[in-house]
Formats: sequence, structure tokens, C-alpha cells
Amino acid sequence: MASPALNTLKKPVVHPIWLRITHWLNALAVIIMILSGWRIYNASPIFPFRIPSEWTLGGWLGGALQWHFAAMWLLAFNGLVYLLMNTGSGRLWKKFLPLRPREVIQDMLKALRGKLQHDSLDHYNAVQKLAYVSVILDLILLVVSGLAIWKSVQFPVLRDLMGGFDNARIVHFFAMAFLVVFIVVHVIMVALVPRTLLAMLRGR
Amino acid sequence: MIKKNLGPASQLDAEAILKDARRELALPSRRLFAKRALTLGGLSLLTGCNITDEASVNRMLERISRMNDGVQGWLFDPKRLAPTYTQAEMTRPFPFNAFYGIEDVPDIDGSDYQLEILGLVANKRPWTLEQLHKMPQNEQITRHICVEGWSAIGRWGGIPFSYFLKMIGADMSAKYIDFQCGDDYHTSIDMATALHPQTQLTLTYDGEILPAKYGFPMKLRMPTKLGYKNPKHIVSMEVTNKYPGGYWEDQGYNWFGGS
Repeated sequence: MASPALNTLKKPVVHPIWLRITHWLNALAVIIMILSGWRIYNASPIFPFRIPSEWTLGGWLGGALQWHFAAMWLLAFNGLVYLLMNTGSGRLWKKFLPLRPREVIQDMLKALRGKLQHDSLDHYNAVQKLAYVSVILDLILLVVSGLAIWKSVQFPVLRDLMGGFDNARIVHFFAMAFLVVFIVVHVIMVALVPRTLLAMLRGR
Repeated sequence: MIKKNLGPASQLDAEAILKDARRELALPSRRLFAKRALTLGGLSLLTGCNITDEASVNRMLERISRMNDGVQGWLFDPKRLAPTYTQAEMTRPFPFNAFYGIEDVPDIDGSDYQLEILGLVANKRPWTLEQLHKMPQNEQITRHICVEGWSAIGRWGGIPFSYFLKMIGADMSAKYIDFQCGDDYHTSIDMATALHPQTQLTLTYDGEILPAKYGFPMKLRMPTKLGYKNPKHIVSMEVTNKYPGGYWEDQGYNWFGGS
């Protein structure tokens, strides 16, 4: 057992090991799904543009589908473990709640003036809370709309919830776009404050 | 009150961030790492190595695809019906789609057409088009979902496939039914889908004899499966327990291909 004196010397663990593992597995799953998803989108674009094929994964539609339908298991099971551990341990509520709109606006204004707090890694500001809660909900929406597209006959409730098969594709697309914007901002923030990357790698 | 607290706190943050940044900039390796972090993910997958061509990766993907066949077979509810639509909701014109251009659609002579029956079936007598048209028919207006993502609603008429299988004395406990087509296409389906009430040996489109571009003289229509699983210009079918694969399936499309 570590003595209290030792504990004060060591920095506290910001991210428990299960969180770091699920975070990086999620990153892998999400990147595979986005890049293969872009290739699938190109087979029948919803909007008048295509994704440059150099940015896609899979080589052709069949290959992209194989990647997409392989990584979905990683995304789903890893996400399930994350949600169960996060809610079971009470970490989810502790980290992300309370989330007050007033505080989000205040922190947003601070962020825009370049004065947002980021010196304590174990405490999220309101903008971070909103961003992380949003991306968790967005990933759930991606899975649900994806299921509605993949099995539109077998999951009639999901299909109707998405407004039909064709609409589910549009929901899936915009949920993907939100995720891509999140990742870009997330990675820029990490590059600006690299301590956060170290914390996500070694826990403290 | 909140505003008053903002001043010193935000000053501290700015200092903390600057301190952080200065320290990072002092370390060239970390600076390089930070730079690379900006393109992490995209770059590692795109330029690191060509994972798509790795044989072992392809074997793994193929194995997961087989597992997905199993999961879809388990998910498949033989009583759940695909949604049906009204005539006003039909997609006009219904798109032509094949692995060749519309100018290469096979020109099959209906008068000497015979549907060949093979495999685990009691009565292997072939069927003429006239005999098929005399069998009990029904109609459905259902959505055709293409693996590419687009979908279209069409009106299809023909023989309920489960009725036809009963008529020929097919072994309903067999695993697969394989279809060979007049355009050198071939695909195969699972028995559960074959017996689904909406699976139909299709002879008409929108009340007319099935046009060549939609699969004359006969196609298999399954609203519970993606488009490439719905074979056109069928010339023979075989009930079998040996995995038959298919034209697109052998190239990597998922075999179950259910929707």
C-alpha cells in the first residue's frame, strides 16, 4: 500500500486505464469507419460532391463495406464498455454534469478571446463538457442511424425514427460531419496543449 | 460578481497556456510530434502502408464478413415484412442497374424458355414460362435498396417463392438456393429468406410482362435483401447445402446482404 506521502508526490490519475483503452480503440474504429464510409458515400452521393478517393479506405465499394462492417463491431462493443464503465463508476455524471447553458456561453466567450482555462486536466470547462457530451450523443446517433440503414427491414422502429431509409442516410451523413468537425477541433486543441495527450497515454 | 472573478483567473490561464507552449517549443522532438498530431490518423492510414492490399488483412475482413452473415441470419425475422407503398410512391422510371450497360441486356426468347430445377428437389421437371404464368400470383410495391445506397420503389408481380418451392418438393431444410442467370450473373440465398412471404418469383413489373431491362423472363424479388441479391434473367435454380457464393459475393460483397 502506498503511503500518503507517496501519494502526494505522484500526480493523481486523470484518466483511468479503461478510459484510455476505450478512447484509443474508439479513435481507431472511428477513423476506419469515417474513411471507409466516405468510399461508400461515393458509390451513390447524397449531395452534389464526392470525397477524393485518396482520402478513402477500402479500394472499392466492396472493400470499403468490409472495413465499415468490421470496424462497426469495434465501435459498438468498445462504446458499450465505455458507457457501462462510465455510468457504472459514476464518472460520467461527475465529469460532465452539471452542464449549464449559461456557463457554456461564458466559457465560449472566454475561449474566443483566448482566455479559456485549461490548466487542470482533471476538470473540464463548460465548453469541453458540451463538446464531449455532444460527441458521445453523436456517436450513439451514428450507430442508430447506421443500424437503420444496414437493417431497415429488421429494425422498423429505428427506420421510422430516422424518417425512413433515405432520410436515415442523411442523418448518418450529418452525424458523420459533426464527428469530423469534433475530431479536427479536438486534435487542434491537443496539439495546442500536448499535456492532454500525455495524460490520455499514461493516465496522468 | 462572476465578472469580477474572471479577471485574475483568466490571466492565470493565459500564463499557464503560454508556459505550456514555451516548454513544448523548447523541445524539438515534441514540436515535431505536435505537428504530426495534427494529421494523425488520416496520414497513418493513407500513407503509412497500403493495408487494403495485405492478404492477411483481407482474410480477416473476409472472416468478419462471414461472421456478419451469421449475425444477420440470426437477426432475420421470417415474419417481419418490408414496408409496402402506394402506386403514387413508385419511382419512375425505375432505375436500370447491372454489372454491364443497358445495351448489353440479354435478349431471351420467352417461347423456348425453360426454368431448370436442380439439387435437393423431389420434382426436377423444368418449367416453361406459360406454366409459370398460370401459377397463383400476387403483387407487391416495395423498396429496392441498392448496396450503393440509393433506393427505388417498384411494383412487382409473380409467384410467392415459398409456394413454388412447395410445388417442386424442395428440401426446406437445405441451407441455400443458388440461381444461375441468362446474363452470366449468379447469386445464392439462404432458405429462411427464400421462404419469407414477400420473396417472389417475379414475372411482371407494374402490371406488364417483366421488361428485359428488369430481368425478363423472370427475376427473384426480395425486399428483405439488397439489390445484388435479387437475380434477373434466372435460367436455373439449385437447392443445395454446399455454399454457392455469387458474382459480387465472391469479390467481397457480403453474402447475406440483408436489409
